[in-house]
Amino acid sequence: MIDNLIYFLGFPFVRHALVVGVLISLCSALLGVTLVLKRYSFIGDGLSHVAFGAMAVGTVLNMTGNMFFVMGVTIVCAVFLLSKTGNAILKGDAAIAVISVGALAVGYMVMNIFSTSANVTGDICSTLFGSVSILTLKSSDVLLCIISSLTVIAVFIIFYNRIFAVTFDENFLKATTKRAGTYNTLIAVITAVIIVLAMNLVGSLLISALVIFPALSAMRLSGCFKRVVILAAVISTVCTLIGILAAILLDTPVGATIVMADLAVYIICVIAGKAAGR
Amino acid sequence: MSLISCKNLAVGYGNEVVAKNITFNVDKGMYLCIIGENGVGKSTLIKTILGLNRELDGQLVFSDEIIKEGIGYLPQNTFVRKDFPATVKEIVLTGTLASADKFRLFYSKADRQRAQKAMELLGIEDIGECCFRNLSGGQCQRVLLARALCSTDRLLLLDEPVAGLDPAATENFYEIVSKLNKNGTAVIMVSHDLAAVDEFATHVMFLGRTDFFFGTKAAYKETEISSLWRER
Repeated sequence: MIDNLIYFLGFPFVRHALVVGVLISLCSALLGVTLVLKRYSFIGDGLSHVAFGAMAVGTVLNMTGNMFFVMGVTIVCAVFLLSKTGNAILKGDAAIAVISVGALAVGYMVMNIFSTSANVTGDICSTLFGSVSILTLKSSDVLLCIISSLTVIAVFIIFYNRIFAVTFDENFLKATTKRAGTYNTLIAVITAVIIVLAMNLVGSLLISALVIFPALSAMRLSGCFKRVVILAAVISTVCTLIGILAAILLDTPVGATIVMADLAVYIICVIAGKAAGR
Repeated sequence: MSLISCKNLAVGYGNEVVAKNITFNVDKGMYLCIIGENGVGKSTLIKTILGLNRELDGQLVFSDEIIKEGIGYLPQNTFVRKDFPATVKEIVLTGTLASADKFRLFYSKADRQRAQKAMELLGIEDIGECCFRNLSGGQCQRVLLARALCSTDRLLLLDEPVAGLDPAATENFYEIVSKLNKNGTAVIMVSHDLAAVDEFATHVMFLGRTDFFFGTKAAYKETEISSLWRER
């Protein structure tokens, strides 16, 4: 098995997949803690459906720079969803649900009517559940992913204190500083970026797993925000590494294998948390 | 100059006015209690003062210090998340974000000292590493008050601060606020606890569906509203 592993690690595409996977899961875990605590657990799911819809429309319109179009649409939706205040007509979970299923339907419809490929069902299935595309990344994709992930991590560290404050009590920050709205928008933008990137990894139906599982697992283990964030990052990275390697060795779907690893760790953390009496 | 001076203010949501013709001012050392039934616009007024809602009409002017430092706000305790994984120290430190002169990556030494001082003042320095979700109601309020003090000690705005606290915690909380007030901190408190209003307030604002009163406590006691409202 070890020999097998070393054999596979000899291929550049496997190394690419590992680098991209680790970076994306690191970012999604960092943001996940904030999103779960802001009661936006499902935003990953919602935004990835938006990205799916945008991707379908972009493909049909034969746009060059499809990625930027998808990113743009997703960012706009993320800002819209996260800027919702208490008195909005469409609130939190309902807003996410509307946008999410709406975009999914539009995407599927467009792909079916204006299909350019022979295997529509296959195309859609791979966007929804992630595909082997993580193993067929081009160098340019890898580069884009590395740059975006590092930017997200940098932004998160620079604004760490503010992101914590806006997560804990948005109104207090608004009352004492004038820039609370900006931080919310910032969180929305980096969330959208990560979601679009992560679609390649686990597909749009399983994306929520990357966002919520590491955060929830870490929250079982610690009551300190900083420790929760660090633990979530570690858990997420380890699970993704195990998931990708296991998928290659056992020939299972990459996305689902990563999520299985996350789920297993979550269950272990729940039991450990109970045992420690938290 | 008054910390807050407010003239003929109208507050509400969107374009719908909930309360209007509100005129008052807050000065150094004042202990202003805002009283009135549910639904007359107390919370809306608070949100407007904090800048969370826009004012619909009239004037709301803050002194330069308040504009710079913000208002030390203690939210109604139902608004704060009891299951949040964060330590007391992490929460208190967020109060210092308001007064930071320029953008800093991390908390400065001065910020940490300020937080430490606020925690000592409120007697919570021993639980700095405790998780917020394991605290009692009284401890939670003291943590949030310490956070408010980290942003400013000129003006505190307390929104029904003792709701849900037991008598001992309530008394302890009032004692702390009273001490801060004697040291020059202006206090605005929304409260249904009329005994406390009687004991601590220097000024009273009454918001009613038709009536409005702002003045000293002595003057308030002379008015007809005070007796009517008490009987109800």
